Amino acid sequence: MNRRRDVVLFAAILLLGALPLVGEPYTLRLGTFACMYAVMSVSWNVIGGLAGYPSFATAAFFGLGAYVGGVLLTKGATLVVAMAFAGGIAFGGAMLLGAVLLRLRGHYFAIASLAVAEVLRELTNTATDLTGGGMGLNIPLGTSTVASVAGEASFFFLAMWGLLLLTLVVVVAVERSRLGFGLACIRQNESAADMIGVNATLYKSLAFALSGVFVAMAGTLYAGWVHYIEPPDVYDILFSVKPIVMALLGGLGSTAGAVIGAFAFLGIEEIVWRNYLQVHTGVLGFLIVALLLFLPNGIVSVGRRIKALRARHV
Amino acid sequence: MFTLQILVNGIVLGCLYACIAAGFSLVWGVLNVINLMHGSFIVLGSYLAWGAYNSLGFSPWATLFIAAPLFYAVGYLVQRGLLNRVIAAPVLVTLTLTFGLDLILNNAMILAFKADYRRLILEPALGTLAMGPVVVPVDRLVAMVFALVLTGVLYIILRKSRVGRAIIAVRLDRDAATLMGVQVKSTYAAAFGLGAAMAGCAGVLLALIFPISPLSATAYLGKAFVVCVLGGLGSVPGAVLGGLLLGLVESFGAMAFGPEHAVTLSFALLILFLIFRPQGLLGKRGFE
Amino acid sequence: MSELMRLEAVSRRFGGLQAVQDVSLSIGRGEVLGLIGPNGAGKTTLVNVITGVHRASAGRVLFEGRDITRYRPYQTARNGLARTFQVVQPFPELSVLENVAAAALFSGGIGGMREANRVAAEKLEFVGLSLAAGKPAASLTLAMRKRLELAKALAMRPKLLFLDEVNAGLNSAEVEIAMGLIRQIAQAGVTIVLIEHLMKVVMSVCSRIVVLQNGALIADGTASEVVSNRRVIEAYLGKKYAQAASGEA
Repeated sequence: MNRRRDVVLFAAILLLGALPLVGEPYTLRLGTFACMYAVMSVSWNVIGGLAGYPSFATAAFFGLGAYVGGVLLTKGATLVVAMAFAGGIAFGGAMLLGAVLLRLRGHYFAIASLAVAEVLRELTNTATDLTGGGMGLNIPLGTSTVASVAGEASFFFLAMWGLLLLTLVVVVAVERSRLGFGLACIRQNESAADMIGVNATLYKSLAFALSGVFVAMAGTLYAGWVHYIEPPDVYDILFSVKPIVMALLGGLGSTAGAVIGAFAFLGIEEIVWRNYLQVHTGVLGFLIVALLLFLPNGIVSVGRRIKALRARHV
Repeated sequence: MFTLQILVNGIVLGCLYACIAAGFSLVWGVLNVINLMHGSFIVLGSYLAWGAYNSLGFSPWATLFIAAPLFYAVGYLVQRGLLNRVIAAPVLVTLTLTFGLDLILNNAMILAFKADYRRLILEPALGTLAMGPVVVPVDRLVAMVFALVLTGVLYIILRKSRVGRAIIAVRLDRDAATLMGVQVKSTYAAAFGLGAAMAGCAGVLLALIFPISPLSATAYLGKAFVVCVLGGLGSVPGAVLGGLLLGLVESFGAMAFGPEHAVTLSFALLILFLIFRPQGLLGKRGFE
Repeated sequence: MSELMRLEAVSRRFGGLQAVQDVSLSIGRGEVLGLIGPNGAGKTTLVNVITGVHRASAGRVLFEGRDITRYRPYQTARNGLARTFQVVQPFPELSVLENVAAAALFSGGIGGMREANRVAAEKLEFVGLSLAAGKPAASLTLAMRKRLELAKALAMRPKLLFLDEVNAGLNSAEVEIAMGLIRQIAQAGVTIVLIEHLMKVVMSVCSRIVVLQNGALIADGTASEVVSNRRVIEAYLGKKYAQAASGEA
């Protein structure tokens, strides 16, 4: 059952890659954001949905990736190198930090992970020589290999799409692996998992690191794409909250759900932005509240509920 | 003697912080809910004080008596009507829910009041008080006293009143409390109401000292977090101790590293405590 | 009989409370050791210290000659120790089979899921839960959950197995079945430490008994030795009975 869903998911995402053939820059821009959101929600799901640790560190990873990658790009590195470096730093940093932070549970872990973003933001702000501090960082146009607007739009879409594919491949592989099984055990009963021989500290740190590496790479891409970043933009707490809402929207615990949730969220966000600009944060808040009160198991569960209803009438 | 001034500044600030955090700590400790609207409640309280003073001529001290029941009612209803539905859900859900509610509240405030900063300026101005080498603005001093009084009142309510003791009972052992006839749902709502009331009243006091804008909400929330982690959850003495600690750290830190790093310093302190002593100075281990 | 585990003056304190005091004990290979004592005596804490859930405040734990005092739970699990919990701890969302397979897989020495599933099926059959293999663990009754705990512990192919109150909450028929299983496990060569309140089980299954009171070891010997030990009687029944008993002895 799950396998079939994964296959359908992959097929759909692969199809999405054809977007540059039919879309104009605006659609491509939406598509790029959709892929970026999906990378974030799928990544978050590894630590939040699989391992059961409510991480609010996504903004920290995103901002870190944006700045590490962004600075490298200004120094002339290619996009691939910048992304790889940013991803590596995020992975390593998360492994180290995770060993310490993941001893905390529930709310404490949530706050600690949130605080990491704050601290990183402040550090970035003060390291003015390197990062431009509060004045922001300009990333030159020369980083893209195509000159035209339409070309650039396609390029970044395909890059983000490629990153999404990579993320999906790795995450699905992890879910099926011993690591995934161990994480599921940790989520359901950490002391029992310890007692049967699961090295919980290592597994949780790996999950945390995985939840950061692709997000950081997305941050680098974002920096290269928008050409100008500032600490409050990329370390925005909303980058920590939105992936959670997306994962909840789609159905907590499943990768496919995270992707669906991300796409659905983007759609809703676009509509709200266009129609309710002044109150868009309020409407977002309203949607979050409605989601949590009325659809706590996400979109994915709607299918199950419909099936259950149908079965009753047979 | 410069150090003495910094010390006094830290203490005054610390008492305000304690007041900001006491209600937040109560809700977190008793309901295991992190109320992300707390900062916005504080700002709303500030606006109330501003509006009452400028439109009705009410002094902030008088506004306290309006703020308390008003915010209590709001808090009670929010908990009973909304939060109660997900009270058994994991941390993630309640956190995201209060986040969503805060987005609504904050957006509403921006629409109603605009984001620009306002100041509550008392006429006649209260001036400053010199005690030997130390100079303290009187409005801060008075606010500090009221903050302590408020915190003390909360402490007394928790210890002596029926509602307060029910709250403590539920916190210690919910099932045992139920067996003894405590109505858990309304107790939870009362606790949340008290938390909101404290926030609103803290906001009234803060209006005298800090500029008022919906944009300050996150900063107040951040302070509340740090104080709770430093001092320990669900205990008023903890909030006081944590508040004082934070106030002193920020004052001395500002002197040592410059005021722009005060926030980073407090968050770094937060992380350190979370790693090495998550239960805080006075808290008991084990409440997740 | 060779020595499998030795505890040397093991202590554990929690703040002001000395939960385990200076316990020295030797466990021989193939023994079925009964660990008894009044409530709060520190029996479960001792097992927690041995398996690494709590760190010993003092003393050493030696297993097969190796010092495992500092081992964390997952390390003791991978080195041949297994235990059941007094309050059963399943993985509620996983099926019964998956629960046991997880234990088989992570305790080491197993190639992959297929082999883990095979071992799991075998252990489920042993405890009599084969029919429930596909059900979610959360749907089991207490008695079945206890058997699931046992199956999980066995799937770890332990050399030393700690059974913590496996019979709590079971009726006498279920207790008989459990006793039979324990005897079979012992016959297969697994060394067992049984924390138990039911004296009939202890008497009939255990070759040796140790008694804990307030964290300290107060008796260590055969069933008849322990039962007539004055300190033991005092611990369970109070001074008066102890005096009476020694008066009659």
